[in-house]
Amino acid sequence: MNVHGVWALYKYEMARAARTVWQSLVTPVITTVLYFVVFGSAIGSRMEDIGTVDYGAFIVPGLIMLSLLTQSISNASFGIYFPKFSGTVYEILSAPMSPIETVIGYVGAAATKSIILGLIILATATFFVDLRIEHPFVMVLFLVLTAVTFSLFGFIIGIWADGFEQLSFIPMLIVTPLTFLGGAFYSIRMLPEPWESISLANPVVYLVSGFRWSFYGEGDVPVVWSLGITALFLAVCLGAVIWIFRTGYRLKE
Amino acid sequence: MAAVVSIENLSKTYDGGVKALDSVDLEIEQGEIFALLGPNGAGKTTLISAVCGIVVPTGGTVTVAGHDIIREYKKTRGAIGLVPQEISTDMFETVMATVRFSRGLFGKPKNDAYLEELLKDLSLWDKKDAQIRELSGGMKRRVMIAKALSHEPDILFLDEPTAGVDVELRRGMWRLVRRLNDKGTTIILTTHYIEEAEEMADRVGVIQGGRIVIVDRTDAIMRQLGKRQLSLTLAEKLDAVPAALCGWDLELADEGHQLVYTFDANDEDTGIPRLLRAMDEAGIGFTDLDTSKSSLEEIFVDLVHRENGTQAQGEGA
Repeated sequence: MNVHGVWALYKYEMARAARTVWQSLVTPVITTVLYFVVFGSAIGSRMEDIGTVDYGAFIVPGLIMLSLLTQSISNASFGIYFPKFSGTVYEILSAPMSPIETVIGYVGAAATKSIILGLIILATATFFVDLRIEHPFVMVLFLVLTAVTFSLFGFIIGIWADGFEQLSFIPMLIVTPLTFLGGAFYSIRMLPEPWESISLANPVVYLVSGFRWSFYGEGDVPVVWSLGITALFLAVCLGAVIWIFRTGYRLKE
Repeated sequence: MAAVVSIENLSKTYDGGVKALDSVDLEIEQGEIFALLGPNGAGKTTLISAVCGIVVPTGGTVTVAGHDIIREYKKTRGAIGLVPQEISTDMFETVMATVRFSRGLFGKPKNDAYLEELLKDLSLWDKKDAQIRELSGGMKRRVMIAKALSHEPDILFLDEPTAGVDVELRRGMWRLVRRLNDKGTTIILTTHYIEEAEEMADRVGVIQGGRIVIVDRTDAIMRQLGKRQLSLTLAEKLDAVPAALCGWDLELADEGHQLVYTFDANDEDTGIPRLLRAMDEAGIGFTDLDTSKSSLEEIFVDLVHRENGTQAQGEGA
Protein backbone atom coordinates (compact mmCIF):
# COMPACT_ATOMS: atom_id res chain seq x y z
CA MET A 1 0.00 0.00 0.00
CA ASN A 2 1.45 3.33 -1.07
CA VAL A 3 0.29 5.23 2.01
CA HIS A 4 2.48 8.24 1.24
CA GLY A 5 0.96 8.42 -2.24
CA VAL A 6 -2.63 8.30 -1.00
CA TRP A 7 -1.85 10.91 1.63
CA ALA A 8 -0.14 13.17 -0.94
CA LEU A 9 -3.17 13.04 -3.24
CA TYR A 10 -5.59 13.57 -0.35
CA LYS A 11 -3.63 16.53 1.00
CA TYR A 12 -3.28 18.03 -2.47
CA GLU A 13 -7.04 17.87 -3.07
CA MET A 14 -7.79 19.33 0.35
CA ALA A 15 -5.28 22.13 -0.26
CA ARG A 16 -6.96 22.86 -3.58
CA ALA A 17 -10.26 23.32 -1.73
CA ALA A 18 -8.57 25.57 0.81
CA ARG A 19 -7.32 27.77 -2.03
CA THR A 20 -10.86 28.03 -3.40
CA VAL A 21 -12.60 28.22 -0.04
CA TRP A 22 -15.20 30.66 -1.36
CA GLN A 23 -16.25 28.38 -4.15
CA SER A 24 -16.02 25.24 -2.03
CA LEU A 25 -17.69 26.25 1.20
CA VAL A 26 -18.98 29.76 1.37
CA THR A 27 -21.08 29.66 -1.80
CA PRO A 28 -23.07 26.53 -0.82
CA VAL A 29 -23.62 27.92 2.68
CA ILE A 30 -24.98 31.19 1.30
CA THR A 31 -27.23 29.29 -1.10
CA THR A 32 -28.55 27.21 1.77
CA VAL A 33 -29.22 30.27 3.89
CA LEU A 34 -31.23 31.67 0.98
CA TYR A 35 -33.31 28.49 0.86
CA PHE A 36 -34.02 28.83 4.59
CA VAL A 37 -34.99 32.45 4.22
CA VAL A 38 -37.30 31.79 1.26
CA PHE A 39 -38.74 28.33 1.94
CA GLY A 40 -38.28 28.17 5.69
CA SER A 41 -39.28 31.65 6.83
CA ALA A 42 -41.12 33.44 4.02
CA ILE A 43 -43.17 30.56 2.61
CA GLY A 44 -42.70 28.02 5.38
CA SER A 45 -44.53 30.16 7.94
CA ARG A 46 -47.68 29.76 5.85
CA MET A 47 -47.20 25.99 5.44
CA GLU A 48 -48.73 23.35 7.67
CA ASP A 49 -46.52 20.98 9.61
CA ILE A 50 -45.62 17.80 7.76
CA GLY A 51 -46.26 14.86 10.04
CA THR A 52 -45.08 16.10 13.40
CA VAL A 53 -42.42 18.33 11.94
CA ASP A 54 -42.45 22.07 11.33
CA TYR A 55 -41.94 22.82 7.62
CA GLY A 56 -38.71 24.80 8.18
CA ALA A 57 -37.19 21.89 10.04
CA PHE A 58 -38.63 19.40 7.56
CA ILE A 59 -36.56 20.74 4.67
CA VAL A 60 -33.21 20.64 6.54
CA PRO A 61 -32.30 17.03 5.68
CA GLY A 62 -33.33 17.58 2.06
CA LEU A 63 -31.24 20.74 1.81
CA ILE A 64 -28.20 19.01 3.24
CA MET A 65 -28.72 16.14 0.79
CA LEU A 66 -29.04 18.56 -2.12
CA SER A 67 -25.69 20.16 -1.28
CA LEU A 68 -24.09 16.84 -0.44
CA LEU A 69 -25.03 15.32 -3.80
CA THR A 70 -24.09 18.28 -5.99
CA GLN A 71 -20.89 19.13 -4.10
CA SER A 72 -19.68 15.52 -3.93
CA ILE A 73 -20.15 15.19 -7.65
CA SER A 74 -18.60 18.51 -8.57
CA ASN A 75 -15.63 18.14 -6.18
CA ALA A 76 -14.72 14.67 -7.33
CA SER A 77 -15.43 15.18 -11.02
CA PHE A 78 -13.40 18.37 -11.17
CA GLY A 79 -10.61 16.78 -9.10
CA ILE A 80 -9.91 14.12 -11.72
CA TYR A 81 -11.09 16.01 -14.80
CA PHE A 82 -8.74 18.94 -14.36
CA PRO A 83 -5.50 16.88 -14.36
CA LYS A 84 -6.75 15.18 -17.52
CA PHE A 85 -7.50 18.56 -19.06
CA SER A 86 -4.21 20.21 -18.07
CA GLY A 87 -2.02 17.16 -18.71
CA THR A 88 -0.81 16.80 -15.12
CA VAL A 89 -2.47 13.37 -14.99
CA TYR A 90 0.78 12.01 -16.48
CA GLU A 91 2.30 12.13 -13.03
CA ILE A 92 -0.49 10.16 -11.39
CA LEU A 93 -0.47 7.56 -14.16
CA SER A 94 3.29 7.15 -13.95
CA ALA A 95 3.31 6.96 -10.15
CA PRO A 96 3.45 3.67 -8.25
CA MET A 97 -0.20 4.05 -7.28
CA SER A 98 -2.71 1.24 -7.59
CA PRO A 99 -6.17 2.17 -8.93
CA ILE A 100 -7.73 1.69 -5.53
CA GLU A 101 -5.11 3.98 -3.94
CA THR A 102 -5.81 6.69 -6.48
CA VAL A 103 -9.54 6.40 -5.84
CA ILE A 104 -9.08 6.54 -2.07
CA GLY A 105 -7.04 9.74 -2.45
CA TYR A 106 -9.46 11.55 -4.75
CA VAL A 107 -12.77 10.22 -3.48
CA GLY A 108 -11.64 10.40 0.15
CA ALA A 109 -10.83 14.09 -0.24
CA ALA A 110 -14.02 14.89 -2.16
CA ALA A 111 -16.16 13.04 0.39
CA THR A 112 -14.39 14.73 3.30
CA LYS A 113 -15.08 18.13 1.79
CA SER A 114 -18.77 17.45 1.28
CA ILE A 115 -19.17 15.95 4.77
CA ILE A 116 -17.60 19.10 6.24
CA LEU A 117 -19.97 21.13 4.08
CA GLY A 118 -22.99 19.07 5.25
CA LEU A 119 -22.04 19.64 8.86
CA ILE A 120 -21.62 23.38 8.26
CA ILE A 121 -25.10 23.55 6.69
CA LEU A 122 -26.47 21.60 9.63
CA ALA A 123 -24.87 24.07 12.02
CA THR A 124 -26.24 26.98 9.94
CA ALA A 125 -29.72 25.45 10.08
CA THR A 126 -29.75 25.55 13.87
CA PHE A 127 -29.81 29.33 13.64
CA PHE A 128 -33.10 29.21 11.72
CA VAL A 129 -35.08 26.25 13.05
CA ASP A 130 -35.35 23.92 16.02
CA LEU A 131 -33.64 20.72 15.03
CA ARG A 132 -33.75 17.35 16.65
CA ILE A 133 -31.72 14.37 15.58
CA GLU A 134 -33.25 11.15 16.83
CA HIS A 135 -30.74 8.74 15.32
CA PRO A 136 -27.37 10.51 15.21
CA PHE A 137 -25.38 7.40 14.26
CA VAL A 138 -27.68 6.65 11.31
CA MET A 139 -27.48 10.32 10.38
CA VAL A 140 -23.66 10.17 10.25
CA LEU A 141 -23.82 6.84 8.42
CA PHE A 142 -26.06 8.33 5.71
CA LEU A 143 -23.90 11.42 5.50
CA VAL A 144 -20.73 9.37 4.97
CA LEU A 145 -22.31 6.77 2.67
CA THR A 146 -23.91 9.39 0.47
CA ALA A 147 -20.79 11.54 0.32
CA VAL A 148 -18.61 8.57 -0.64
CA THR A 149 -21.10 7.18 -3.16
CA PHE A 150 -21.66 10.44 -4.96
CA SER A 151 -17.97 11.34 -4.87
CA LEU A 152 -17.35 8.01 -6.62
CA PHE A 153 -20.10 8.90 -9.07
CA GLY A 154 -18.46 12.30 -9.62
CA PHE A 155 -15.09 10.63 -10.14
CA ILE A 156 -16.65 8.51 -12.89
CA ILE A 157 -18.19 11.59 -14.52
CA GLY A 158 -14.83 13.36 -14.36
CA ILE A 159 -13.14 10.48 -16.15
CA TRP A 160 -15.92 10.19 -18.73
CA ALA A 161 -16.15 13.93 -19.44
CA ASP A 162 -14.51 15.23 -22.58
CA GLY A 163 -15.16 18.87 -21.88
CA PHE A 164 -16.42 21.27 -19.27
CA GLU A 165 -19.89 21.05 -20.73
CA GLN A 166 -20.17 17.35 -20.03
CA LEU A 167 -18.72 17.98 -16.60
CA SER A 168 -21.70 20.09 -15.61
CA PHE A 169 -24.22 18.17 -17.73
CA ILE A 170 -25.04 15.35 -15.32
CA PRO A 171 -25.07 17.42 -12.11
CA MET A 172 -27.20 20.16 -13.66
CA LEU A 173 -29.56 18.17 -15.84
CA ILE A 174 -29.99 14.97 -13.88
CA VAL A 175 -28.95 15.25 -10.26
CA THR A 176 -30.46 18.65 -9.45
CA PRO A 177 -33.91 17.79 -10.97
CA LEU A 178 -33.90 14.38 -9.30
CA THR A 179 -33.14 16.01 -5.97
CA PHE A 180 -35.83 18.66 -6.30
CA LEU A 181 -38.32 15.98 -7.37
CA GLY A 182 -36.98 13.56 -4.75
CA GLY A 183 -38.82 15.06 -1.84
CA ALA A 184 -36.17 17.50 -0.64
CA PHE A 185 -38.85 20.16 -0.06
CA TYR A 186 -41.96 18.01 0.33
CA SER A 187 -43.09 14.55 1.30
CA ILE A 188 -43.87 12.40 -1.74
CA ARG A 189 -46.95 11.26 0.19
CA MET A 190 -48.34 14.71 -0.58
CA LEU A 191 -48.32 13.89 -4.29
CA PRO A 192 -51.43 12.56 -6.08
CA GLU A 193 -51.20 9.17 -7.78
CA PRO A 194 -49.59 8.21 -10.13
CA TRP A 195 -46.88 10.74 -9.17
CA GLU A 196 -46.28 9.23 -5.77
CA SER A 197 -45.57 5.81 -7.30
CA ILE A 198 -43.49 7.26 -10.13
CA SER A 199 -41.41 9.12 -7.56
CA LEU A 200 -40.41 5.79 -6.05
CA ALA A 201 -38.31 5.21 -9.19
CA ASN A 202 -36.21 8.24 -8.24
CA PRO A 203 -33.19 7.01 -6.24
CA VAL A 204 -32.80 10.35 -4.50
CA VAL A 205 -36.19 9.79 -2.77
CA TYR A 206 -34.58 6.97 -0.79
CA LEU A 207 -31.56 9.06 0.18
CA VAL A 208 -33.60 12.05 1.36
CA SER A 209 -36.17 9.86 3.09
CA GLY A 210 -33.55 7.83 4.95
CA PHE A 211 -31.67 10.93 5.98
CA ARG A 212 -34.88 12.58 7.18
CA TRP A 213 -35.74 9.44 9.14
CA SER A 214 -32.44 9.77 11.05
CA PHE A 215 -33.57 13.28 12.10
CA TYR A 216 -37.26 12.88 12.88
CA GLY A 217 -37.93 9.14 12.87
CA GLU A 218 -40.28 9.61 9.90
CA GLY A 219 -39.61 8.94 6.25
CA ASP A 220 -41.46 8.40 2.99
CA VAL A 221 -40.06 4.88 2.64
CA PRO A 222 -38.75 2.41 5.24
CA VAL A 223 -35.21 3.31 6.31
CA VAL A 224 -33.94 -0.16 5.39
CA TRP A 225 -34.87 0.48 1.76
CA SER A 226 -32.98 3.76 1.92
CA LEU A 227 -29.86 2.03 3.20
CA GLY A 228 -30.24 -0.74 0.64
CA ILE A 229 -30.57 1.63 -2.34
CA THR A 230 -27.60 3.71 -1.16
CA ALA A 231 -25.47 0.59 -0.73
CA LEU A 232 -26.56 -0.66 -4.15
CA PHE A 233 -25.59 2.61 -5.82
CA LEU A 234 -22.26 2.54 -3.99
CA ALA A 235 -21.63 -0.98 -5.31
CA VAL A 236 -22.51 0.05 -8.88
CA CYS A 237 -20.15 3.04 -8.73
CA LEU A 238 -17.35 0.92 -7.25
CA GLY A 239 -17.81 -1.61 -10.02
CA ALA A 240 -17.64 1.10 -12.65
CA VAL A 241 -14.47 2.56 -11.16
CA ILE A 242 -12.79 -0.85 -11.05
CA TRP A 243 -13.74 -1.41 -14.70
CA ILE A 244 -12.33 2.03 -15.63
CA PHE A 245 -8.95 1.28 -14.13
CA ARG A 246 -8.80 -2.25 -15.51
CA THR A 247 -9.34 -1.00 -19.04
CA GLY A 248 -7.68 2.40 -18.69
CA TYR A 249 -10.89 3.86 -20.15
CA ARG A 250 -10.41 7.56 -20.99
CA LEU A 251 -7.32 7.62 -18.82
CA LYS A 252 -4.68 5.81 -20.84
CA GLU A 253 -4.32 5.16 -24.52
CA MET B 1 27.30 -3.33 -18.47
CA ALA B 2 23.98 -4.61 -17.15
CA ALA B 3 20.77 -3.57 -18.89
CA VAL B 4 18.64 -1.49 -16.53
CA VAL B 5 15.75 -1.12 -18.98
CA SER B 6 15.04 -3.99 -21.31
CA ILE B 7 12.47 -3.58 -24.06
CA GLU B 8 11.46 -6.58 -26.12
CA ASN B 9 9.21 -6.63 -29.13
CA LEU B 10 7.25 -3.63 -27.85
CA SER B 11 4.36 -2.56 -30.06
CA LYS B 12 1.68 0.06 -29.72
CA THR B 13 -1.22 0.66 -32.06
CA TYR B 14 -3.50 3.51 -31.03
CA ASP B 15 -7.27 3.18 -31.23
CA GLY B 16 -7.31 5.27 -34.39
CA GLY B 17 -5.15 2.62 -36.07
CA VAL B 18 -1.87 4.56 -35.92
CA LYS B 19 1.01 2.17 -35.34
CA ALA B 20 3.25 4.24 -33.09
CA LEU B 21 5.63 1.45 -32.08
CA ASP B 22 6.45 -1.53 -34.24
CA SER B 23 8.30 -4.39 -32.47
CA VAL B 24 10.86 -2.26 -30.70
CA ASP B 25 13.83 -4.01 -29.08
CA LEU B 26 16.09 -1.85 -26.95
CA GLU B 27 18.35 -2.20 -23.95
CA ILE B 28 19.43 0.72 -21.80
CA GLU B 29 22.59 0.18 -19.81
CA GLN B 30 23.07 1.09 -16.18
CA GLY B 31 24.54 4.55 -15.73
CA GLU B 32 24.57 5.68 -19.33
CA ILE B 33 23.11 8.66 -21.13
CA PHE B 34 21.03 7.30 -23.96
CA ALA B 35 19.55 9.53 -26.63
CA LEU B 36 16.50 8.47 -28.54
CA LEU B 37 16.67 10.40 -31.73
CA GLY B 38 13.97 10.80 -34.30
CA PRO B 39 11.77 13.26 -36.13
CA ASN B 40 8.40 14.40 -34.76
CA GLY B 41 5.88 11.58 -34.73
CA ALA B 42 8.55 8.86 -34.85
CA GLY B 43 7.30 7.24 -31.63
CA LYS B 44 9.74 8.67 -29.10
CA THR B 45 7.13 9.88 -26.63
CA THR B 46 5.03 6.72 -27.05
CA LEU B 47 8.06 4.59 -26.22
CA ILE B 48 8.78 6.57 -23.06
CA SER B 49 5.10 6.65 -22.10
CA ALA B 50 4.84 2.87 -22.47
CA VAL B 51 7.81 2.30 -20.15
CA CYS B 52 6.45 4.78 -17.58
CA GLY B 53 2.92 3.36 -17.55
CA ILE B 54 1.07 6.18 -19.29
CA VAL B 55 0.37 4.24 -22.47
CA VAL B 56 -0.77 0.61 -22.46
CA PRO B 57 1.39 -1.41 -24.90
CA THR B 58 -0.38 -3.56 -27.49
CA GLY B 59 2.34 -6.17 -27.36
CA GLY B 60 5.80 -6.99 -26.04
CA THR B 61 7.46 -6.79 -22.64
CA VAL B 62 9.47 -4.22 -20.76
CA THR B 63 11.49 -4.83 -17.64
CA VAL B 64 13.04 -2.16 -15.44
CA ALA B 65 15.82 -3.38 -13.13
CA GLY B 66 14.55 -6.91 -13.77
CA HIS B 67 10.91 -6.14 -12.89
CA ASP B 68 8.07 -6.37 -15.38
CA ILE B 69 6.37 -3.00 -15.89
CA ILE B 70 2.87 -4.51 -15.87
CA ARG B 71 3.06 -7.13 -13.13
CA GLU B 72 5.44 -5.26 -10.83
CA TYR B 73 4.52 -1.73 -11.79
CA LYS B 74 5.00 -0.34 -8.30
CA LYS B 75 8.66 -1.35 -8.29
CA THR B 76 9.38 -0.17 -11.81
CA ARG B 77 7.55 3.15 -11.54
CA GLY B 78 9.20 3.91 -8.21
CA ALA B 79 12.60 3.60 -9.89
CA ILE B 80 11.75 6.00 -12.70
CA GLY B 81 11.47 9.76 -12.85
CA LEU B 82 9.75 11.27 -15.88
CA VAL B 83 10.09 14.81 -17.19
CA PRO B 84 7.38 15.28 -19.79
CA GLN B 85 7.71 17.36 -22.91
CA GLU B 86 5.10 19.89 -21.88
CA ILE B 87 5.35 21.91 -18.70
CA SER B 88 2.28 20.54 -16.99
CA THR B 89 1.80 21.06 -13.30
CA ASP B 90 -0.62 22.93 -11.08
CA MET B 91 0.48 26.53 -11.73
CA PHE B 92 -1.04 27.80 -8.48
CA GLU B 93 1.00 25.50 -6.26
CA THR B 94 4.29 26.60 -4.76
CA VAL B 95 7.55 24.99 -5.85
CA MET B 96 8.10 23.30 -2.49
CA ALA B 97 4.50 22.04 -2.31
CA THR B 98 4.69 20.47 -5.74
CA VAL B 99 7.97 18.62 -5.14
CA ARG B 100 6.69 17.40 -1.77
CA PHE B 101 3.55 16.17 -3.53
CA SER B 102 5.57 14.33 -6.18
CA ARG B 103 7.78 12.70 -3.59
CA GLY B 104 4.78 11.49 -1.62
CA LEU B 105 2.96 10.31 -4.72
CA PHE B 106 5.93 8.09 -5.55
CA GLY B 107 5.73 6.50 -2.12
CA LYS B 108 8.63 8.18 -0.38
CA PRO B 109 8.39 9.53 3.19
CA LYS B 110 8.83 13.25 3.73
CA ASN B 111 12.45 14.37 3.50
CA ASP B 112 12.73 18.13 3.28
CA ALA B 113 16.50 18.03 3.69
CA TYR B 114 16.81 16.07 0.45
CA LEU B 115 14.34 18.37 -1.32
CA GLU B 116 16.28 21.41 -0.11
CA GLU B 117 19.47 19.98 -1.58
CA LEU B 118 17.63 19.15 -4.80
CA LEU B 119 16.13 22.61 -5.19
CA LYS B 120 19.48 24.25 -4.39
CA ASP B 121 21.12 22.05 -7.00
CA LEU B 122 18.56 23.22 -9.56
CA SER B 123 18.88 26.89 -8.47
CA LEU B 124 15.26 26.91 -7.32
CA TRP B 125 15.72 27.17 -3.58
CA ASP B 126 15.13 30.93 -3.37
CA LYS B 127 11.88 30.35 -5.31
CA LYS B 128 10.61 27.55 -3.10
CA ASP B 129 7.64 29.55 -1.82
CA ALA B 130 6.78 31.11 -5.19
CA GLN B 131 3.81 29.93 -7.19
CA ILE B 132 4.90 28.12 -10.31
CA ARG B 133 2.99 30.50 -12.61
CA GLU B 134 5.27 33.32 -11.41
CA LEU B 135 8.43 31.58 -12.64
CA SER B 136 10.25 32.01 -15.94
CA GLY B 137 10.07 29.29 -18.62
CA GLY B 138 13.51 27.96 -17.76
CA MET B 139 12.66 27.76 -14.08
CA LYS B 140 9.38 25.98 -14.82
CA ARG B 141 11.32 23.37 -16.73
CA ARG B 142 13.67 22.92 -13.80
CA VAL B 143 10.64 22.53 -11.53
CA MET B 144 9.50 19.66 -13.77
CA ILE B 145 12.95 18.08 -13.35
CA ALA B 146 12.82 18.64 -9.59
CA LYS B 147 9.44 16.87 -9.47
CA ALA B 148 10.85 13.94 -11.43
CA LEU B 149 13.88 13.69 -9.12
CA SER B 150 11.97 14.25 -5.88
CA HIS B 151 11.70 10.52 -5.15
CA GLU B 152 15.36 9.81 -5.87
CA PRO B 153 14.87 7.67 -8.98
CA ASP B 154 17.69 5.59 -10.50
CA ILE B 155 16.45 6.25 -14.02
CA LEU B 156 15.44 9.59 -15.44
CA PHE B 157 13.45 9.99 -18.65
CA LEU B 158 13.62 13.40 -20.27
CA ASP B 159 11.18 13.91 -23.12
CA GLU B 160 12.57 16.63 -25.38
CA PRO B 161 14.22 18.50 -22.50
CA THR B 162 15.39 21.37 -24.66
CA ALA B 163 12.58 21.72 -27.21
CA GLY B 164 11.92 25.41 -27.71
CA VAL B 165 14.61 26.42 -25.25
CA ASP B 166 17.20 29.07 -26.08
CA VAL B 167 20.87 28.21 -26.53
CA GLU B 168 22.02 29.27 -23.11
CA LEU B 169 19.28 27.38 -21.31
CA ARG B 170 20.02 24.35 -23.45
CA ARG B 171 23.69 24.41 -22.43
CA GLY B 172 22.62 24.75 -18.80
CA MET B 173 20.31 21.78 -19.22
CA TRP B 174 23.12 19.70 -20.68
CA ARG B 175 25.41 20.53 -17.76
CA LEU B 176 22.63 19.57 -15.37
CA VAL B 177 22.01 16.24 -17.12
CA ARG B 178 25.71 15.43 -16.98
CA ARG B 179 25.87 16.25 -13.30
CA LEU B 180 22.93 13.95 -12.61
CA ASN B 181 24.57 11.24 -14.67
CA ASP B 182 27.81 11.67 -12.73
CA LYS B 183 25.86 10.92 -9.58
CA GLY B 184 24.86 7.58 -11.09
CA THR B 185 21.43 8.31 -12.57
CA THR B 186 20.77 6.51 -15.84
CA ILE B 187 19.42 9.04 -18.31
CA ILE B 188 17.25 8.47 -21.34
CA LEU B 189 16.42 11.55 -23.32
CA THR B 190 14.52 12.03 -26.51
CA THR B 191 15.43 14.72 -28.92
CA HIS B 192 15.13 15.72 -32.50
CA TYR B 193 18.24 17.87 -32.23
CA ILE B 194 21.12 15.81 -33.57
CA GLU B 195 23.54 18.20 -31.91
CA GLU B 196 22.06 17.31 -28.57
CA ALA B 197 22.47 13.57 -29.04
CA GLU B 198 25.98 14.04 -30.33
CA GLU B 199 26.91 16.30 -27.46
CA MET B 200 25.27 14.39 -24.63
CA ALA B 201 24.81 10.75 -25.31
CA ASP B 202 27.01 7.75 -24.72
CA ARG B 203 24.80 5.83 -27.08
CA VAL B 204 22.20 6.85 -29.63
CA GLY B 205 19.16 5.02 -30.88
CA VAL B 206 17.51 6.32 -34.00
CA ILE B 207 13.77 5.80 -34.18
CA GLN B 208 11.74 6.31 -37.33
CA GLY B 209 8.18 5.27 -38.03
CA GLY B 210 7.94 3.38 -34.73
CA ARG B 211 10.99 1.25 -35.43
CA ILE B 212 14.49 1.47 -34.05
CA VAL B 213 16.64 1.93 -37.12
CA ILE B 214 20.02 1.77 -35.45
CA VAL B 215 21.50 1.69 -31.94
CA ASP B 216 25.16 2.16 -31.24
CA ARG B 217 27.73 4.19 -29.39
CA THR B 218 27.56 7.78 -30.54
CA ASP B 219 31.16 7.80 -31.78
CA ALA B 220 30.70 4.39 -33.44
CA ILE B 221 27.72 5.68 -35.37
CA MET B 222 29.84 8.57 -36.45
CA ARG B 223 32.70 6.29 -37.43
CA GLN B 224 30.54 3.65 -39.03
CA LEU B 225 28.52 5.96 -41.14
CA GLY B 226 30.65 9.04 -41.22
CA LYS B 227 31.75 10.21 -44.63
CA ARG B 228 34.51 12.74 -44.78
CA GLN B 229 35.11 15.36 -47.36
CA LEU B 230 38.23 17.13 -48.48
CA SER B 231 37.62 20.45 -50.17
CA LEU B 232 40.42 21.95 -52.22
CA THR B 233 40.17 25.55 -53.30
CA LEU B 234 41.70 25.57 -56.76
CA ALA B 235 44.21 28.05 -58.02
CA GLU B 236 42.48 28.03 -61.39
CA LYS B 237 38.88 27.32 -62.28
CA LEU B 238 38.12 23.90 -63.82
CA ASP B 239 35.26 23.13 -66.19
CA ALA B 240 35.27 19.39 -65.58
CA VAL B 241 37.05 16.85 -63.43
CA PRO B 242 40.22 16.03 -65.40
CA ALA B 243 40.49 12.48 -66.79
CA ALA B 244 43.75 11.97 -64.89
CA LEU B 245 41.78 12.12 -61.64
CA CYS B 246 38.95 9.78 -62.55
CA GLY B 247 40.12 7.18 -60.00
CA TRP B 248 38.77 9.26 -57.12
CA ASP B 249 35.21 10.21 -56.08
CA LEU B 250 35.48 13.85 -57.05
CA GLU B 251 33.04 16.61 -57.68
CA LEU B 252 33.42 20.22 -58.65
CA ALA B 253 31.82 22.85 -56.49
CA ASP B 254 31.60 26.63 -56.35
CA GLU B 255 31.37 26.91 -60.15
CA GLY B 256 34.58 24.99 -60.67
CA HIS B 257 36.62 26.83 -58.06
CA GLN B 258 36.50 23.95 -55.64
CA LEU B 259 37.29 20.28 -55.95
CA VAL B 260 35.53 18.10 -53.40
CA TYR B 261 36.77 14.62 -52.59
CA THR B 262 34.44 12.36 -50.60
CA PHE B 263 36.02 9.40 -48.80
CA ASP B 264 35.20 6.89 -46.11
CA ALA B 265 36.72 7.83 -42.79
CA ASN B 266 37.14 4.15 -41.91
CA ASP B 267 39.34 3.28 -44.83
CA GLU B 268 42.97 2.64 -43.96
CA ASP B 269 43.95 4.15 -47.26
CA THR B 270 42.05 7.37 -47.76
CA GLY B 271 43.78 7.98 -51.05
CA ILE B 272 44.58 11.56 -50.18
CA PRO B 273 48.37 11.48 -50.67
CA ARG B 274 47.96 9.81 -54.07
CA LEU B 275 45.29 12.32 -55.06
CA LEU B 276 47.52 15.24 -54.15
CA ARG B 277 50.45 13.70 -56.07
CA ALA B 278 48.25 13.06 -59.10
CA MET B 279 47.01 16.65 -59.01
CA ASP B 280 50.57 17.87 -58.81
CA GLU B 281 51.51 15.74 -61.81
CA ALA B 282 48.49 17.05 -63.74
CA GLY B 283 49.51 20.59 -62.90
CA ILE B 284 46.38 21.44 -60.89
CA GLY B 285 47.29 23.75 -58.09
CA PHE B 286 45.30 24.64 -54.96
CA THR B 287 45.45 27.52 -52.55
CA ASP B 288 43.57 26.12 -49.56
CA LEU B 289 42.23 22.86 -48.21
CA ASP B 290 39.60 21.94 -45.68
CA THR B 291 38.32 18.61 -44.37
CA SER B 292 34.95 18.05 -42.74
CA LYS B 293 33.10 15.04 -41.38
CA SER B 294 29.42 14.52 -41.91
CA SER B 295 27.38 15.52 -38.91
CA LEU B 296 24.93 13.22 -37.22
CA GLU B 297 22.31 15.32 -38.98
CA GLU B 298 23.52 14.13 -42.37
CA ILE B 299 23.89 10.57 -41.11
CA PHE B 300 20.38 10.70 -39.83
CA VAL B 301 18.94 12.01 -43.06
CA ASP B 302 20.93 9.34 -44.86
CA LEU B 303 19.58 6.61 -42.57
CA VAL B 304 16.02 7.72 -42.93
CA HIS B 305 16.36 7.84 -46.69
CA ARG B 306 17.92 4.41 -46.73
CA GLU B 307 15.06 3.11 -44.62
CA ASN B 308 12.48 4.69 -46.91
CA GLY B 309 14.36 3.31 -49.91
CA THR B 310 14.21 -0.30 -48.69
CA GLN B 311 10.56 0.15 -47.84
CA ALA B 312 9.83 1.50 -51.30
CA GLN B 313 11.68 -1.43 -52.83
CA GLY B 314 9.76 -3.84 -50.64
CA GLU B 315 6.49 -2.31 -51.72
CA GLY B 316 7.55 -2.40 -55.36
CA ALA B 317 8.44 -6.11 -55.26
